[in-house]
Amino acid sequence: MTDVLLAATDVSKRFGGVKALAGVSLTIGQGEIYGLIGPNGAGKTTFFNCLTGMYGADEGEFRFGGVKLDTQAPHEVTRQGIARTFQNIRLFANMTALENVMVGRHVRTHAQVFGAIFRTRATRTEEAQIEARANDLLRYVGIESRANDVAGQLSYGDQRRLEIARALATEPRLLALDEPAAGMNATETVGLRDLIVALRQDGLTVLLIEHDVKLVMGLCDRVAVLDYGEKIAEDVPSVVQRDPKVIEAYLGGSVG
Amino acid sequence: MISPSDPAAKSIWAKLGMAFIVIALLALPFVLTQVGTAWVRITNLAILFALLALGLNIVVGFAGLLDLGYIAFYAVGAYTYALLASPHFGLSLPFWAILPIGALIACVFGVLLGAPTLKLRGDYLAIVTLGFGEIIRIFMNNLSQPFNLTNGPRGIARIDPVQVGGVDFRTTDTWFGFAVSGPMKYYYLLLLVLVVVIVVNLRLQDSRIGRAWQAIREDELAAKAVGINTTHIKLLAFAMGASFGGIAGGIFSAIQGFISPESFVLVESIMVLAMVVLGGMGNIFGVIAGAVLLSFVPEILRYTVEPLQKSIFDRVVIEPEVIRMLLFGLALVLMMRFRPAGLWPSSTRRRELRNAER
Repeated sequence: MTDVLLAATDVSKRFGGVKALAGVSLTIGQGEIYGLIGPNGAGKTTFFNCLTGMYGADEGEFRFGGVKLDTQAPHEVTRQGIARTFQNIRLFANMTALENVMVGRHVRTHAQVFGAIFRTRATRTEEAQIEARANDLLRYVGIESRANDVAGQLSYGDQRRLEIARALATEPRLLALDEPAAGMNATETVGLRDLIVALRQDGLTVLLIEHDVKLVMGLCDRVAVLDYGEKIAEDVPSVVQRDPKVIEAYLGGSVG
Repeated sequence: MISPSDPAAKSIWAKLGMAFIVIALLALPFVLTQVGTAWVRITNLAILFALLALGLNIVVGFAGLLDLGYIAFYAVGAYTYALLASPHFGLSLPFWAILPIGALIACVFGVLLGAPTLKLRGDYLAIVTLGFGEIIRIFMNNLSQPFNLTNGPRGIARIDPVQVGGVDFRTTDTWFGFAVSGPMKYYYLLLLVLVVVIVVNLRLQDSRIGRAWQAIREDELAAKAVGINTTHIKLLAFAMGASFGGIAGGIFSAIQGFISPESFVLVESIMVLAMVVLGGMGNIFGVIAGAVLLSFVPEILRYTVEPLQKSIFDRVVIEPEVIRMLLFGLALVLMMRFRPAGLWPSSTRRRELRNAER
């Protein structure tokens, strides 16, 4: 395997009596498309939220690019190079598509109150760069014609693309997508697939939570399966697909 | 021939319009003096309220944090000026030196209020800020012991008026053949400060910081996920809003010459918030329109309702103050029904409220 980008070690998370994550360890290699699947309630989104600092893990740690990841605050995680999208799209619905992506540049730009008030040369240059970069990213995900439309009024597929563009604006090394194909029609799903492939070709590592098994199996280099907060399998898709434990988790145990 | 839709012609019209507004604003106090000097003072108070409303607009309109104790920062600015330029401590610092100090101290109080309330939203935040406003007022009322800081409910009197260069803001001077009275000088000073505050507001709104405020208002969790340090950015909103309140308070002190805790009651906070909401949250010019409207209408009523009733009934049947509150209530109800986003809302706010209705 190539260099390890993200290594999770024994990550656990408990909500009251429910053990949402029970010692999950996995490694994601540089440039991989890594799928995380499992039945509903298996802990996939919990894993995402622990990784992106939405809530702290009870035990275990994440190492990102060899360095221990500070998962205390979401904005710190983003600054360290992990960007995410949400299962239920969370755009800034009343801002334009362009403004949404411009907000994504926040973490990589520096203008403070003083610069904003006095419109210093540095601030003006930075603003121009933010806008140019945001336009580039809209073009990259294929919605440049929607730049000045209000985000909430875009079609479902375009909103997903916009959320990815906003995540890309933070210059991530790892892009974590939480069920990006949920609610998409067949054409939109194919478009999304092409976009993810393009992202990998441009050097990005992708962590993908997905219910669309066909999409995951065709796209991912490796897949991990979670069930009741535990990792029950991890391998290339063709092997995972035939794993009896995985089949049992998805279809239920044999009767009798 | 130049058609009206021609962009060059448009910019000429825009420039002419601007020139007209500038001349009108410069000539306004002379016109008002003809009606009565009181109207210049009323206009000055309206501009002061516009300054306050613009400060509150940063917190409420931009960042979406409901603040019901905003008048506390006005009080802090006013008391800072009063203590540093009155016989109370025998200090007499110049105006231009105190104003930044007042802004800075108000800013510190803004952070003091902001820090413990960062995790609160909506109703809960409103209640805590309301309490904060009252705490400041009660402190002002009681800090005459053990050490006489604020002189308690008796307030602080004989506060220095503004003196810039050789210009004394109490007396009437003749400039370029025009008699310029004290209130007129304050009018020009306030106008200057207002222009500066408008420019600062516009620039903040259209910046990295302004976008971050808007993002937090729209979806705080998503804002965190794209790397915005929401703690820092929210505190910044409180601090900036408070500074503007502090500046307005300092000028208020200088104009009035006397302040007491009575000037900083809860109703004042609510008035300023009503100006922001009525005018149009988030839109700078809407907020100014709201402030001017809510400052002038009561005064116009005062000068028309009484004489009108006297001429019809030979006595005052309904006090102007009662009519003011009646109209105020009616206006708010009508607003919420027909223009929930304000008289002149920002385009984003209008969308937000329309979407919320669906």
